[in-house]
Amino acid sequence: MRIVVASGKGGTGKTTVATSLALVAAEQESVRFLDCDVEAPNAGLFLDPALDTRKEVGILIPQVDENICTYCGKCAEVCQFHAIAVIGKKTLVFPELCHGCGSCTLVCPEHAISEHLNVMGVLESGPAAQGIDFAQGVMNVGEPMAVPIIRQLKKWTPANPPAVEIRDAPPGASCPVVETIRGADFALLVTEPTPFGLHDLKQVVEITRELGIPAGVVVNRDGIGDNAVEAYCAESGLPILMRIPMERSIAEAIARGTTLVRAAPEYRSAFHSLLETITARAGA
Amino acid sequence: MKLAISISGNTLDSPFDARFGRAAAFCIVETETDEWRVFDNPALSASGGAGVQAAQFVARQGVGAVVSGAFGPNAFDTLAAAAIEMYLAPGNETRNVNEILEMFKAGQLTKAEAATHAGHHGGQH
Repeated sequence: MRIVVASGKGGTGKTTVATSLALVAAEQESVRFLDCDVEAPNAGLFLDPALDTRKEVGILIPQVDENICTYCGKCAEVCQFHAIAVIGKKTLVFPELCHGCGSCTLVCPEHAISEHLNVMGVLESGPAAQGIDFAQGVMNVGEPMAVPIIRQLKKWTPANPPAVEIRDAPPGASCPVVETIRGADFALLVTEPTPFGLHDLKQVVEITRELGIPAGVVVNRDGIGDNAVEAYCAESGLPILMRIPMERSIAEAIARGTTLVRAAPEYRSAFHSLLETITARAGA
Repeated sequence: MKLAISISGNTLDSPFDARFGRAAAFCIVETETDEWRVFDNPALSASGGAGVQAAQFVARQGVGAVVSGAFGPNAFDTLAAAAIEMYLAPGNETRNVNEILEMFKAGQLTKAEAATHAGHHGGQH
């Protein structure tokens, strides 16, 4: 079962919920944890993995053999991202605009284009707390595209697939979030009861509906803000599966790098029932 | 020589557009005869790579020089590969294309020797 933890708004508690859910699930089953927030992965701070495996990842970008190229311009015409330009007797490639689709290589009548890996970041993995099989993507500073790294992180599966895969999503509601949610069996949406939390929650709910993935909500910092998240969930048939109150002691523990279930063990049973509910709803 | 000037409008009275890749249009003037024609910029609504696309477009029109307010790194490399000279005109006050043309002819515009700013990295987000 693949559970993705997303939020829309940043800082609502995705990693707080994802890491505790993983720890509780790992008490009974094999768990693989994927930190898909490749621009700023931080779940490792809580799960303490020994990262012993590493792999460079990126996209295949074109390399033009100027001895064969006839400057016909078909590659530049087919490229919808304008990553390749033919100017007179020169063919220019702009790696940071390339999405690695391979169309230029396919259409080149002279077979003058070969592809080589443009490294955009690394995948790292290793055993973490409670026997969790942990993996994260780390995008290189200055790279504009996170999706290829997330896509390869998702495919980087061990020989024995785990019983539960938990994906910690990036914030926002753009392509990297869509890629993280795609293919999941359930989306757990962590929000806070504020206008900002609600605004971004709605965007992520739209994504899960578009992808046909069942979703449920965790209200974090419950007690602040207003009742609008509550009203929205009720009217759109989104179940609120857990509430975590606004408590200074929780915030302090998280700031020290302690997981919620370690700092406040009374949440263990709540996370167990959350996992059961998700299993039931994902199968429905 | 053919000169391309980035503009927002479709006559010589139209205001100069200080953006290159995202200019609304290009006025292409034959500097010897003052004959001119306006072309919509095909890169205006590109999701990314607007500089590259706009540069390829003006290169196809056979221009020898371009006047704009700024050139990003990809536009600069593409125009340079086409041996098109790049000139910078100030975009801080409203000027029409006629005024820019006069400044160009009077040699009052600076040549861009490098990209004027970092890339925007358009595309997927």
